[in-house]
Amino acid sequence: MSTVRRRLVPYFLMGPGLVWLILFFVVPLYFMGRLALESGTLATGFEFTWEFANFTDSFDRFDEQFVRSFVYAGVATVIALLIAYPLAYAIAFRGGRWKNALLLAVVAPFFTTYLIRTIAWTTILSDDSVIVDVLKAVGLLGDEGRLLATPTAVIAGLVYNFLPFMVLPIYSSLERIDVRLIEAAKDLYASARVAFWKVTLPLSMPGVVAGTLLTFIPAAGDYVNAFFLGSINQSMIGNRIQSLYLMELDYPTAAALSFILMAAILAVVVVYIRFAGAEALMGDEGEQRA
Amino acid sequence: MDGTAADPRAANGAGSTPSVSLRGVSKAFGDFVAVQEMDLDIAQGEFFTMLGPSGCGKTTTLRMIAGFEEPTTGQIFIDGQSVEDLPAHKRPTNTVFQSYALFPHLSVGENVAFGLKRKGVPKDEIDRRVREELERVGLAQHINRKPSQLSGGMQQRVALARALVNLPKVLLLDEPLGALDLKLRKGLQIELKRIQREVGITFIYVTHDQEEALTMSDRIAVMNEGRIEQCDAPVAVYEKPATTFVAGFIGVSNLMPAVVEHVNGTRARVRLDAGIEIEAENNGLQTGDRCHAVVRPEKLRIDARDGTPPDGWPRVDGVVESSVYLGTSTQIVVRLAGDVPMTVLVPNSDERERNRLPGGGADVRLSWAPEHIHLVRESGTAPAAAAQREPETQIAQEATTQ
Ligand SMILES: Nc1ncnc2c1ncn2[C@@H]1O[C@H](COP(=O)(O)OP(=O)(O)OP(=O)(O)O)[C@@H](O)[C@H]1O
Ligand SMILES: [Mg+2]
Repeated sequence: MSTVRRRLVPYFLMGPGLVWLILFFVVPLYFMGRLALESGTLATGFEFTWEFANFTDSFDRFDEQFVRSFVYAGVATVIALLIAYPLAYAIAFRGGRWKNALLLAVVAPFFTTYLIRTIAWTTILSDDSVIVDVLKAVGLLGDEGRLLATPTAVIAGLVYNFLPFMVLPIYSSLERIDVRLIEAAKDLYASARVAFWKVTLPLSMPGVVAGTLLTFIPAAGDYVNAFFLGSINQSMIGNRIQSLYLMELDYPTAAALSFILMAAILAVVVVYIRFAGAEALMGDEGEQRA
Repeated sequence: MDGTAADPRAANGAGSTPSVSLRGVSKAFGDFVAVQEMDLDIAQGEFFTMLGPSGCGKTTTLRMIAGFEEPTTGQIFIDGQSVEDLPAHKRPTNTVFQSYALFPHLSVGENVAFGLKRKGVPKDEIDRRVREELERVGLAQHINRKPSQLSGGMQQRVALARALVNLPKVLLLDEPLGALDLKLRKGLQIELKRIQREVGITFIYVTHDQEEALTMSDRIAVMNEGRIEQCDAPVAVYEKPATTFVAGFIGVSNLMPAVVEHVNGTRARVRLDAGIEIEAENNGLQTGDRCHAVVRPEKLRIDARDGTPPDGWPRVDGVVESSVYLGTSTQIVVRLAGDVPMTVLVPNSDERERNRLPGGGADVRLSWAPEHIHLVRESGTAPAAAAQREPETQIAQEATTQ
């Protein structure tokens, strides 16, 4: 009796989580999968016909947006990493008693909603903004040049909006590093630079991996930045899905696109984790061989 | 720095440059002074131990030598060279950290190879030396494990191997055997001592285990509150403690309060509060000073009150408070007049002898051979006569005042 109960305990503990997952992930996924295989129009009504062509057709139609989404998200992730790592490093190791205040400053923009923040950027980057004037004055932008409705604007928006997701995990993994390990490295003849590459960076890799995923995944599916800061020439796959659902009311194609996006992100993430994970684990030896 | 006067080569004279020298080194954290005006000369190849209670500044001193902490005042020399401008990674020292500080992302082998790789030692030599060093500490079969997969004692041995493999000029060891069980500890003590003699590295060894310090060291510095109370050979530290702190910290102390009646050259006459007068070697005291007379527990003889100790042995009377059987010996605590507790250790070599020992409440007489009593200063008071100082410290003091 008691052994049976003991064996059941884990399932009880998993219960609430499982119910949540089934209710809000598996069930919607099922309906979306069904939708993606229907055919017809809103006028004639949709019918479930195992319409696999939805997948191939929608990808053929929107491959340009797919590629653009991944390129924008990738570039934004790299830029965010380059900004976030030094920032997180400075807060973790030089922040002293200002640590919490600085972290608060990093997340402070979140007190305003995502949409408002992005719309604010349309003002910042608008044709008569100070930034554009300055860029024109120093010759980085031609007389007719503009920032709004360019890839630069969309990527800048993505970087800005997802930066905290990059900073926080990197910060928390840097914060956990025992400074005595860095001392030990220096004791063993490593200069500050070498100690960083051989000890600090490898030990912060979990934060880097988490941060890049938390930035890349939502950025790849984002449509808000491209919508407000870009033009039709910068539209990403999220914009297509959104307009198919809400304007063109072509639900099957929208659902199929969503599925392709999900699968593509999953594939990228799996490859990335295998690569980054192996790098983080191999450490010194791995770099030696490379 | 000009430093000609403070140059330890000049200070020590004839040829033997000390391996490590500290000149008036202090370290303050805010208003808290962790290390105060420390002067030290540690010889080449010496096994030098810093012994003291928790928080007395041992780790801080090591960290200053290793270069992780800058002295607030004073200078540190390694092989006669000031290391003031030398960052940690350029100093010819290696540290075995109190907390091991093994790299968690590297295997045991990679941890040990870390220093050699930074120095650009050829790959096959690194492999050979790493393997040898791990064999020495008995961990060769764990070369590919991660530190987290090892026990605390094994991690400590990896830390040891990681430092030793570099054959530094000076090895700094911060309680390197603290986490080991007694047997492993004894084994590694012998091993460490052997390695040290073999390769001739200077060891600066931190411990708060007095037995470890006594068995391994060439010299011991007993520290208290950031100061060196006594720096001497193990025998001297044990047999002739300089201060009440040293007497109390090393071994069981029997401290009898006394006052100096008369100083005659190197000898002093003191009156114990217990009532008798004795003569002993002076220890920087002056007439009228309060001091303590120390006799080690194993040097005390215990008799019944009407017993007759050997001729010429000073004697005091007291009452037995407790008697505890300790296996190899029996420990008897006797309370003297004036509420002074005295511990006596009687070896249990003879069953009949042991049965005759006085029990609780018995009136007894304690006595000792005259040469076994020593006078100690109150801790924190400086010796009165300059002649009592360590010669090299004295020179250093002169040098720093110039
Ligand atoms: N970075 C620091 N900031 C402030 N105080 C410090 C710092 N490092 C050490 N101290 C203080 O200096 C004193 C000496 O510390 P230290 O670590 O040298 O002691 P220790 O002799 O090694 O003790 P233990 O045997 O417990 O290791 C302690 O009181 C400690 O609180
Ligand atoms: Mg310490």
